[in-house]
This record gives sequence, C-alpha cells and structure tokens, in this order.
Amino acid sequence: MPHPPLTETQGPGPAGTMPPAGGAVVSLRDVTKRYPNGTLAVEGLDLDIAAGSFVSLLGPSGCGKSTVLRMMAGLAPLTAGHIAWPQAAPRLGFVFQEPTLMPWQTALDNVALPLKLSGMARAGRHRRAREMLALVGLAEAAGRYPRELSGGMKMRVSIARALATEPDLLLLDEPFAALDEITRFRLNNDLLRLWEAHRFSAVFVTHSVFESVYLSQRVVVMAAGPGRLFADLPIEAPAARDEAFRTSPHYAALCRTVSEALAGGMAA
Amino acid sequence: MSKRPIRILGLAPEAWPRLLMPLMMGMLLLGAWEFAVRHFGVPPYVLPGPLSIGDALVTNWPSLAAALMVTLRITVLALLVAVTAGVVLAVLFSQSKWVEMTFLPYAVILQVTPIVAIAPLIIIWVDNVQAALLICAWIVAFFPIVSNTTIGLNSTDRNLVDLFRLYGATRWQTLVHLRLPAAMPFFLAGLRISGGLALIGAIVAEFVAGAGGASSGLAYRILEAGYQLQIPRMFAALALISLAGVVIFLALSLLSHLILRRWHESALSPDR
Repeated sequence: MPHPPLTETQGPGPAGTMPPAGGAVVSLRDVTKRYPNGTLAVEGLDLDIAAGSFVSLLGPSGCGKSTVLRMMAGLAPLTAGHIAWPQAAPRLGFVFQEPTLMPWQTALDNVALPLKLSGMARAGRHRRAREMLALVGLAEAAGRYPRELSGGMKMRVSIARALATEPDLLLLDEPFAALDEITRFRLNNDLLRLWEAHRFSAVFVTHSVFESVYLSQRVVVMAAGPGRLFADLPIEAPAARDEAFRTSPHYAALCRTVSEALAGGMAA
Repeated sequence: MSKRPIRILGLAPEAWPRLLMPLMMGMLLLGAWEFAVRHFGVPPYVLPGPLSIGDALVTNWPSLAAALMVTLRITVLALLVAVTAGVVLAVLFSQSKWVEMTFLPYAVILQVTPIVAIAPLIIIWVDNVQAALLICAWIVAFFPIVSNTTIGLNSTDRNLVDLFRLYGATRWQTLVHLRLPAAMPFFLAGLRISGGLALIGAIVAEFVAGAGGASSGLAYRILEAGYQLQIPRMFAALALISLAGVVIFLALSLLSHLILRRWHESALSPDR
C-alpha cells in the first residue's frame, strides 16, 4: 500500500481556515453511551470535527470525554446514536495516555507497527518509520528499545506511530498528562509544529485549560453526569503559537473564557 | 552506555564474589566433611568422604556417564514435548474461554497428583519403558509451562490490544506480533521451573520402573549401588544428578537472559 509523504496536502476537505459545511471528517449524532452497570457516561452528544482542524475535548474527569474518543476509534460500542464518516474506510491514529509501546521492539519497529499490520513490506515501512521518527526529532533513537528511552521520548515514538499511516483523524487521549511540565511544554510545541506543517485533523482529550487553549482552534467543553456538550468555543489566535503567545494577555483572556465555561459546566 | 565497563574473564568485578563466595564455602564444607569422616573413622558404607566419592566417580565413569546420557536424553525429550504441548495448549486457552474452562481442571489434576503415585500405572500400561519414562517426566514438566504461558498470554497490555484492534489486526497477527512476545517472560520463567522438574520426573520414573540393562539411567545406578552397598558409587551418581540439574537451570537462565536482555525488566543488570 503506497503511503505518500506527509508534506502533501491531505484530508478530504481544504486545509486551513473554517471548512465549509460537509467538510467534516467525522460527525457524531445523538451519541449515547450507557455502561453495563447502568451508568450513563455520555448522553445525546452532537459533534462535527472539521477536516484539518485541531479540536480539544475539555472536561472534568468522569465527563465521558475519553469514552467519546474510544467510541470514535471504534474501541467502544455506542448505546444509541451514530457516528458518520464521510470518507469510506477512514484511517485513524490513536495516542494513549501511556506511550503503549511494545517493549520487545525497537522504536523503529514500534513506529512501523501499523504499516506492518496493513501488510506493507519491510523496506517500505522502515523507510516510512524513519521519516516519522525524524519528524518527531528521534532519528537517532531508531534502534533503541523503549526502556532505553525517557518518558517524553516514548511519547514522541507513540505520536510518530499514530502519524505513520497518515491518518484522516488523529485521536489523542490525554497524551501528556503523565509527563512533567517541562517535557509537556516541549511536546505541546512539537505537536503544534507538526500540526501546522501537516494540518491533520485531531481530537485532543485533556483536562488542562491551558493546554487546550494553546493547542486548539476550537475547545469543546463537556459537563459530567451524564457526559454532554456544554460549550463550544472557537480559539481565535495568531497563526504562530509559541512562547510569546503563551505569555500574552490574549492567551490569558482566552484561558479565562474557557475556564469560566468549564466552571459553568461543572456547576450545571 | 558510552563507557565500556571493566571485565575480568568476561565478568564484571562486582560479579566475582557471587561466584567465589559459594565456591569457597563449598570447598570448606567438603574439607570439613573429609576431615570428619577420617577423624571419627566413619566406615565408607555409612558415609564416604568426598575423596572416595571422587574416586568412585572416576572408576565408574564409563557406566555412570552412559547412565547420565540416558537420563539427560529422557529429560530433554520430555522438556521439548512439554514446551510444544504446553505452548499449544496455552494458545488454545487464550483463544477460547470455553477450551480453558473445559481443560484447565484436568491440567491441574495432572499437576497435583504425585508422579510417584501414577508412575507405576504408566509403566504397566505403556510397554516401552523409555516411552513410559518420557510420559512421567513430561507430566511433571508440562504444567508450569501451560500455566505460566496462559497467564502471559492473558496479561497483555489492554491498550496494545486496543491499538491492534484499531489497526484492524487479524486474530493471527495479534497472537504472533502481540500476545506471544508479551507472554515470553512468563513462558521463560515457566521453562526454568520445568527444566528442573523434567529431571526430577525422569529420575522418579526410573526409580519406579527399576529397569536395569544397558539403557538404564542414573536412578537405576543409585538403586544398584545401594543393593551392593557401594555407597561411594551411590553418592557419585547422586552428585551427577545434582550437577545435571544445575547445568539445566544455568542453561535455561542463560537462554532467558539472551532473549530478554534488550527489553525486559527481569534481565536488567543491577548497575543500570
């Protein structure tokens, strides 16, 4: 299966600014999830993810945001509602909270895993995996095993693996929650750079207001008990998001807006 | 990882005491033993000294070495069959809860029934003595491999299983690329236990069979020496059995280390 390089424009819709209606990479309609024990995790959720956009799902723990992500990934069945993919057989990438690497494989083989499972030949998938490792700044670590890598490096490998299939939608489930703050900032910047360069569609689950504002074009705030959509906030920010943006009054104002929405959701 | 550590004869300097201390202790004990036997004039048919045991080992080497080879052959064959059958059964268990529910109790019954109690039956039922010995050794060696490998196959990282599902992996791909490698440390731990058990099983079965002749193993040499009150020869055979057990354990430990050294915590050297 040929995999074009990531530098080409991708996704079904035009990349960049607000895509037209119908430019959604995935649409959730009235999605409801009830666990076997009776708990209503998510109720009546409607959500469209525009192609090429970076959307954060923000909410307190227990609001069902990870469940939404797992349902989108097809890893958890829906109780009611449906999830529509305009594109036939969409490719997905998933980044878990833990790096979730196979300890018996090198970084290179871990990144190449999705390609191997899809039947790509060894030489091709290794070439592609090397490109992906270079993209996350780990070209030197290709031959190393996970236990020889730091927490931040492992997470980079995990991101490289998720991007290796050139996914139509990248799903990230609190990927940086277990990392220290310095590593977390670095990886936030790296993820932003990757997104700015390649404009993949992404849904980023987090419970950090600052992270969601820094990374996304749109923050979807969820409320708990049962999990539902509470607020949908566009993040209008300069194209270049960097340390200057992180320390700007504009950023602080955006964070306050999102924080208030989150507080509102928790009070509701 | 940049600087090459200092090594003496292939071992780190800190590793030598681990080797030398037990060796010195052994020498000391053997010396005390020899001294006590001589000093108190203990007759060799009650307790021979280490020197006379060594003498018996050298004198009887042709027959003892042949017996050792017979016992080792049974042990290794039994271990190989146990590994094959154990892994196949564990894979079946991991693929189907129904198979596991149906067969696991029988594997447990086989395990908890003392081999000494069933060995006579097996020897009556199976005409070929070698085959009977093999079956006995296999029964003992089989269980740790099945049970450990099953645990390993079932304790695969849930997120990795999800990841394989997400990428549309087939059942076979998940087994070969995920479950089997993840079960490897568990399997190897079971293998180390089974190696020793296979030897014990072979020896016990030989005792029960009591088969003499050219193809008799070390256990029969012990029985024979006992009947003839040649106690030093008995001790020599016993020493060979212990030695064989230690060698099997070391060989399997080495195998385990070589397979796991790059990735598993259990194979980490303590200085890292």
